[in-house]
Amino acid sequence: MDPSLLKREDRCRWVIPPTGAMRVRGVIYADRDLILGMDDKVRVQLSNVASLPGIVGDAVAMPDAHWGYGFPIGGVAAFDADAGGVICAGGVGFDISCGVRLLVSELSAAHARPRRGELAEALFRGVPAGLGSEGAITLDDIDMTAMLNGGARWAVERGWGRPEDLPRIEEGGAMGGAMPEAVSEQARRRQRREMGTLGSGNHYLEVQEVTEIFDEAVAAGYGLERGRVVVSIHCGSRGLGHQIGTEFMREMLLAAPGFGLHLPDRELACAPIRSELGTRYLGAMRAAVNCALANREIVAHLTRQVFARMFERGRLSLLFDVSHNTCKVESHVVAGERRRLHVHRKGATRALAGGHPDLPEDLRPYGQPVLIGGSMAVGSYVLVGTPEAERAAFASACHGAGRAMSRHEALRRFGGRQIQDHLASEGIVVKSPSTRGIAEEAPDAYKNLDAVVLAAEMAGLARRVARLSPFACVKG
Amino acid sequence: MLPCSPQHASQPAVGQSGWETFPHDADIGVRGYGATCAEAFAMAALALVSVAVDPEGVRCLEGRKIACQADDPVVLLVDWLNAIIVEISAGRLIFGRFRVAIQDGRLDGEAWGEPIDIVRHHPAAEPKGATFTEARVAREPEGRWVAQCVVDV
Repeated sequence: MDPSLLKREDRCRWVIPPTGAMRVRGVIYADRDLILGMDDKVRVQLSNVASLPGIVGDAVAMPDAHWGYGFPIGGVAAFDADAGGVICAGGVGFDISCGVRLLVSELSAAHARPRRGELAEALFRGVPAGLGSEGAITLDDIDMTAMLNGGARWAVERGWGRPEDLPRIEEGGAMGGAMPEAVSEQARRRQRREMGTLGSGNHYLEVQEVTEIFDEAVAAGYGLERGRVVVSIHCGSRGLGHQIGTEFMREMLLAAPGFGLHLPDRELACAPIRSELGTRYLGAMRAAVNCALANREIVAHLTRQVFARMFERGRLSLLFDVSHNTCKVESHVVAGERRRLHVHRKGATRALAGGHPDLPEDLRPYGQPVLIGGSMAVGSYVLVGTPEAERAAFASACHGAGRAMSRHEALRRFGGRQIQDHLASEGIVVKSPSTRGIAEEAPDAYKNLDAVVLAAEMAGLARRVARLSPFACVKG
Repeated sequence: MLPCSPQHASQPAVGQSGWETFPHDADIGVRGYGATCAEAFAMAALALVSVAVDPEGVRCLEGRKIACQADDPVVLLVDWLNAIIVEISAGRLIFGRFRVAIQDGRLDGEAWGEPIDIVRHHPAAEPKGATFTEARVAREPEGRWVAQCVVDV
């Protein structure tokens, strides 16, 4: 992106002043190098988002922003239903409630690392991954509806999770307002045998070591210490969420003229929040959120079974589970006025500051863990939400490194086997059903995670707590 | 068993039918060419399959009928590809051959393939949804039809 097209307000804040149909500003949080590496389509898409009815505050893009569907990935926008605000399926994304959860073990890396090959193999066998894999659970219609209402709570009730996990999951493990009746038969059909599966693409399960601590007090509050083994799980609502996103995107596109909506981009298909279609989408989307929360709870359960079999002290406690493709009704102050808003986060993580009433009591003194995924080589970060994020981005931060090159280019440049061998020589075992999948997800296909996280910190969106480095990875 | 005819033509020459994929930041574009719109749709479906597996390695052991209806040809293309994705996802099938007929906004298609075998097919990224991004159905000046869109993986 050409920085001269933006107005720089400070080191990490770049503004797109409102022009044409834009109702609010666009704001991109990134340093100059990240802006230079960012696709210009992020600017175009953010400007389009800023033109949607009922948008308030700024349309925001995160340091890891890249070209998405209508919304840029890494986009945040809030809409006021009372001001004619809209709900946008592309602003949530196809993989509804895709997110990350972090499990903390009692093990030291010195103890677990030597068994990384065996561990990766056991996890690969224990957690279904990739196209064509099936979970051990088959849902009938009654179970499906219960899951769509109950989310992770349903999984716990069925014995596929732990009650103590629930306070550490957004929405207490189940999002209210789900409408299973708004979920189509096709979506249900896609999910029937997919519970407890990791999926493919950029989804992963990684066993990692805490290798760096940036904030000792918060890290201690989170139970993180240098050398500790943790497990990161990144996946979403699987086929069900995609089917809901696909079907409602189509319906909103065809219904837009009837709502008097002029769409600058088909993928920005949306509907008034206060419409039958908007209500139905929100109900189906919330059901998909519950599907994702249940899925991650079950994947964690399968992971725990492997750890319990392999290690005497293999207990895994949930630090936090947070989604980065959602729309949630939240209360925010805009221009001095507290308003109830529908906050879309597409590839952006909610990042609540310490003291927020929505945080579980034991995390409230510190702030919300913000879980940032990286790549097979560089690992992940744990950040913490800040009060500045509330003012700057409706309490949101980045969600990952963001891709630096297409899957095409990655395939042209890298070989899956070559990457596996290289990472093995660096002490990282990668298991996947597809070497081509590994090549497409090559670590060098992603932006510099350190730069993204540092830009988020400099912009005040979140603060670094710990860095996590992988030694056993399962990729779908 | 129906043989899967060799329809693969990456970077097809003008006038030929064929398919290819094209780059997109995080996902992947699929594109089909053909002498008719229907043929371009069938080729786009092979490009879709290629996101996950090599279509030439798929045996055509069983068939599925797929029907869609839309006045807008772009919407019809996205519907067609999404219907195939549902069969892949829910039916655990992968396809190597497609036949399409289109008349008055109605598409009647057939897909032939086999159950996904992770060991034999080594599936890569799972196509999860055809989108309206870069979506286009058009007859090019030289007469060849093109049908394309980006697929979320």
